Amino acid sequence: MARAVTGTAAVERPRGGRVPWVGAAVALALVVWSWRGIQADIPGLLGGEGLRQIATYAVRLFPPDLSQAALRDAAVGAVETFAISLVGSVLAVCVALPLALVTTRTILYRGILHEGHRLGAAEKALRIAVCAAGRAVLAVLRTIPEIVWALLFVLIVGLGPFPGVLALGFHTGGVLGKLFGEALEDVDQRPLEALQSTGAGRLGIVVYGILPQALPQFVSYALYRWEVNIRAAAVMGFVGAGGLGQRVHVAISLFHEQQLLTLVLAVYVMVTLVDALSAWLRSRLV
Amino acid sequence: MYELRDVRKVFDDGTVAVDGVSLTVGRGEHVAFIGPSGAGKTTLFRLLNLTLRPTSGAIRLDGADVAALSGAALRRARARIGTVYQQHNLVGRLRVVHNVLAGNLGRWSTTTALGSLVRPRAAGQAADALARVGIPGKLWSRTDELSGGQQQRVAVARVLVQDPDVILADEPVSSVDPALAVAIVTLLRDLCAASGKTLLMNLHDVELALAHFPRIVGVRNGRVHFDQAPDEVDAGQLDELYAGEADEGREAAALRGAVARLGRACRPLAGFDR
Amino acid sequence: MAGPADRSPASTDRRAGRRTFPVLLGAALALTFVGSLRVAEVDPRLLVDRKAAASVARFVADALPPRVDGEFLSLLGVAAVETVQISIAGTVIAVLVGAPLGLMATASLTWSGVLHERATRATRLLLAMAPYGVARALLSVFRAIPEYVWAFMFVRAVGLGPFPAVLAIGVAYGGMLGKVYSEILETADPRPLEALHAAGAGKAGVVVYGLLPAALPHLVSYTLYRWECAIRASAILGFVGAGGLGQQIELSMRMFRFDEVVTLLLVLLALVGAVDVVSGRVRARIGG
Repeated sequence: MARAVTGTAAVERPRGGRVPWVGAAVALALVVWSWRGIQADIPGLLGGEGLRQIATYAVRLFPPDLSQAALRDAAVGAVETFAISLVGSVLAVCVALPLALVTTRTILYRGILHEGHRLGAAEKALRIAVCAAGRAVLAVLRTIPEIVWALLFVLIVGLGPFPGVLALGFHTGGVLGKLFGEALEDVDQRPLEALQSTGAGRLGIVVYGILPQALPQFVSYALYRWEVNIRAAAVMGFVGAGGLGQRVHVAISLFHEQQLLTLVLAVYVMVTLVDALSAWLRSRLV
Repeated sequence: MYELRDVRKVFDDGTVAVDGVSLTVGRGEHVAFIGPSGAGKTTLFRLLNLTLRPTSGAIRLDGADVAALSGAALRRARARIGTVYQQHNLVGRLRVVHNVLAGNLGRWSTTTALGSLVRPRAAGQAADALARVGIPGKLWSRTDELSGGQQQRVAVARVLVQDPDVILADEPVSSVDPALAVAIVTLLRDLCAASGKTLLMNLHDVELALAHFPRIVGVRNGRVHFDQAPDEVDAGQLDELYAGEADEGREAAALRGAVARLGRACRPLAGFDR
Repeated sequence: MAGPADRSPASTDRRAGRRTFPVLLGAALALTFVGSLRVAEVDPRLLVDRKAAASVARFVADALPPRVDGEFLSLLGVAAVETVQISIAGTVIAVLVGAPLGLMATASLTWSGVLHERATRATRLLLAMAPYGVARALLSVFRAIPEYVWAFMFVRAVGLGPFPAVLAIGVAYGGMLGKVYSEILETADPRPLEALHAAGAGKAGVVVYGLLPAALPHLVSYTLYRWECAIRASAILGFVGAGGLGQQIELSMRMFRFDEVVTLLLVLLALVGAVDVVSGRVRARIGG
């Protein structure tokens, strides 16, 4: 049968298979260059000294400090961190929604909504400018890392959890604004056409056609960013923005390793809790 | 070839998919299985190709008990059974040559298998298999660029490369158009007849089964309803076999009637009635 | 067919019951939110009082014009290069950590689904589920602890410099990669796998010929996305002394040199944008 037949002629592999190899070589070169640059002491790490240092440090962490005072401190910090992440995420949505609407080209000047009439040149230019400005604002909001925002807000409103809320709100607002905008643009056009054919005006199409389709995506993104924000909130405390992060900073500075472990465990619990809540809400709402 | 004795398969949720099937298939026989959807034909085939294990009963392949096999022995037994599925059994992103040569996985070592993905070993073998199923030029195409019918031919080519003793085809033509269906069924029959392989085929289309197979097994509710030559199968038996499927037909007819009434109720717009 | 007359009391009750749940949920969320406002000491007035306005005015005045002299720019260049290197090295470690753990944490590869239909009870439970459970637990821990905390612990263990940041990204992102890898692998179409399995392929053959070709674009795509995030993370980790742009930003902010901060942020913006473009191109090529 098939086994008895030997290879025949037409089995020349077609050309064009080069690109993946070039790409892989480039990637490999980048990796090697990076490793040299960071002065990684791999032999030191894996050979006795580095591992011993890690092990010594790890041992000092145990057992976690479970005294009343430490637990209460961790609990308060956890609640604060939770609050920061929640309010920050809500603020982010409030920031993102208007910006997203303003930066969606298909709402402002392109596509189905504007097929019926032509915009005057001046008005169109204005809308394009508004759209571009909105996008610039979003880019600035989301590129400045949360930590930097947090530092800025600490300088403006003082220490405590509030600057953390503002930092998360603005930074995540930029991220969500971009994601929301993409969701609005990628909406299925066919229901919009159907609405248009019933004589609906632009506002009607947006409210009855675009928003309902995009809403599940909005909820999904917002909940997902909440998971990211709980981690960020735990960390912004380093710069004085309250929550578990601040307490972790204190514990590290004072070399209270066992308290550090308690706090890290609290972070783990909080993060897992929010992840689970977010997943549950997503399954219920989306 | 196959000897089934009182085979039952009960799934975890309590469904009895196969309910006491006893069957013997000789070497080189061609058998068609027909019956309504949900009758247990697919489960039966998955028991025959050793994907599933029976809850009770015995399955013998060439006299050897295969129900209890595992590990390397199971792989060897599976390599002797080739399966053609209805669809979605090829990896779309791979090139046709790799999908076809995957028939060798039962006998290749892991290193050989990995190496072949980089540079295909025995590409000639794949080319010949493709020529035999009628699509010689598609060796280096991406599999998902082929039409449904061509992909089924690739699946048959893979079975050819695997070179099993038995070919099981589970509704291989239900997703292709009728003309192509005849071509593929004939292809499988001719390939098996030429090499003395046993062929078992699940078919949705009763006419196709009756026209091309010397032995017809009717399956209903997990049991064998009848097992005879096509000229002995009468309309009454077929009606009994497919009783209950008619409900779907009645619903479809009711839906068509409703649409027709709706159409009659619409009056043409003034000025558009020409 | 059920008609309007079919609205029995029982079904109305069920519909009312389905309505109370969202109301309760909404109330719970609202209460939690209000409580959080108190705990987070939210006070919008602080944003608009005179002190705040004065601070903002001072920032803006100090920040412009941004500092762009040669000495500073060369310092910047070095920091930017270091940030990129940290991100690449960290992502590499993340893949090395996440790939094996992700494979182990894929239920359909270790103990459930079509590949294991014929496994016997006892072996299945003991031998297969154990590594699965361990892998999931490890990934969960790695993911949950922010890279910042990991970095701090690694700094204590291996000293300052970029290396602890690399390890921190490697561990934290390894957890994320592993989880997403396992999700991608689990949602792969099982039908081609079943076909390969039925043809006599062993587990390795099924994975290499069936699973990976289908999943690889998604795996690479997500890994590249993580690299984008790693650039931002390495910038932030600089705050902990790990070098790169983050460290420069922290130094400049401490010294209130906002003109430097603006330049640094612009460079960061450009860097992230460049990585975004490169990563997008590669992902388009691969077709994930």
